Amino acid sequence: MQFFANVAGLIHLEMLLLQIFPGDSISWIFQIFFSLLFVVFVFYGQRIQMYILIREIEGSLLRLKFIRDEGRKIALKTIKEIGKSEVDPAERVDQFLEYVTIRPQSMDPAGIVWKLEHVLDVREERFKDEVKIMAPAADETNINNLENTLEAAAALNMIYKIIRHFYILGKKTLSLYIIMQIQMILPLIMREAEAYASALKAFSYGQPIGDGAGALVAAKLMQGRRKRKIEKDCIVAKVPIEGRIAYVIKAEGPGGNVGKPGEAIKRVIEENDGKISTIIMIDAALKLEGEKPGEVAEGVGAAIGGPGTEQYKIEESILKYKIPINAVIIKEDIGDAVSPMRKKIFEATEVAAERVRRVIKERTKEGDIIIIAGIGNTIGVGQ
Amino acid sequence: MNEETTATARRISSIVMIVIIVVLALSLSALYQAYDMFINEDPTMGYYLLIGFIGLALSTYMLLQTRRRMRRFTLKTPPITTTITCSKCGFKNVRDFERGDFIFKKLDSCSKCEGTMTISAIYREVKEKGKEHKIFG
Ligand SMILES: [Zn+2]
Repeated sequence: MQFFANVAGLIHLEMLLLQIFPGDSISWIFQIFFSLLFVVFVFYGQRIQMYILIREIEGSLLRLKFIRDEGRKIALKTIKEIGKSEVDPAERVDQFLEYVTIRPQSMDPAGIVWKLEHVLDVREERFKDEVKIMAPAADETNINNLENTLEAAAALNMIYKIIRHFYILGKKTLSLYIIMQIQMILPLIMREAEAYASALKAFSYGQPIGDGAGALVAAKLMQGRRKRKIEKDCIVAKVPIEGRIAYVIKAEGPGGNVGKPGEAIKRVIEENDGKISTIIMIDAALKLEGEKPGEVAEGVGAAIGGPGTEQYKIEESILKYKIPINAVIIKEDIGDAVSPMRKKIFEATEVAAERVRRVIKERTKEGDIIIIAGIGNTIGVGQ
Repeated sequence: MNEETTATARRISSIVMIVIIVVLALSLSALYQAYDMFINEDPTMGYYLLIGFIGLALSTYMLLQTRRRMRRFTLKTPPITTTITCSKCGFKNVRDFERGDFIFKKLDSCSKCEGTMTISAIYREVKEKGKEHKIFG
């Protein structure tokens, strides 16, 4: 009985379908096709979406791979050109790209600044020695530039490897969580990678970069004055400005170098027994989207980036003598900060220098001793 | 991993190309079929028209996708200019950046007078795109 009921039901269904879709087999095919499509999307929709996401990541990964390989090629070419080494530096460069730096343990954070600084010092020393072996004919400026170039190439290598890790992991596990989190931050990572790529080019040629805006302002202020070397890779010049005595500090150029301005400021403060009426720091700062590149802003506090050790040292020494600290910042985005300095930012250094003079006039009296520190990578900027 | 991926990528793209071409051919023939039916006033013409357009859209979309993937990757090199100024007479000379240039580098003496030439500026010219936000600017 059940069988007959089923058959009757099917016939009924067919008649119903024929009423809705009058005509021939084509309508049937369509009906089945769309029903199938519906079922496929209900059950496999997420999986299909996942494959689309994976393909998107794959496209970016190919681009990252290209950028990394290109970076390595440029670094290698520059080393060969400048270094004139007898042995092929390719193997050493590849080893360099894999270098790791292990950050100190922060469970008990007391004294971590000095531990971190020590690790970074060792790292820099190691890098410099490495570059000297790769490029024996390079002078001090070129060694600094090559080291910066290689560091940018290593950063690109790291970015590529991390994205590749998540791409392969996502493919293996087909976990939407892994795939989506990488896909979501991918636009920002691509921006950063492109920025590093242009940084690498600028470093290999020794061109000034946007980050060096602060150093350039200091260089302009100390033009034509006697300079002397001070604490690790920095120089200082005694400059009379508006009747005040200004110690202008910057990293020593024109090689790629940020120096240790914290150390230098501390030394100048101690040389003057803490009798500093104000410190003015000039640095490039990341702008928010919508702000114009090359905008100059003022504020207070230690305007300095990096791993934080130098900022800590400056804050420690100004606290000891209760010295007020002012900041003049030049705004730019991450791309401009590491690519060759664009005209707008170059012009902004003039505005920043003017602002520094204004701060001096408004915040100090004649005869005061002040410190002006231009922060940033001084590549391509002399003094 | 490296060579492998590129190899698979290439193999896949050739298979994809064949699929695209087949789909394109099928959808074009479906469209022709529909035209034929239109002449004969066949009511099922609409289905063929639908198939044809869906196929056409799908294949062109896939074609664009592969073309985007095959686009040559390049790293842009922006033009960098070096400005050299004479400190005495103010004579200015602008040329392309050369390796070894840096801001405040002293160069040979001026061609117009006896003053020294100094590199006064090195920067990158950026063509300003006129797509700044008008409302929130
Ligand atoms: Zn002249």
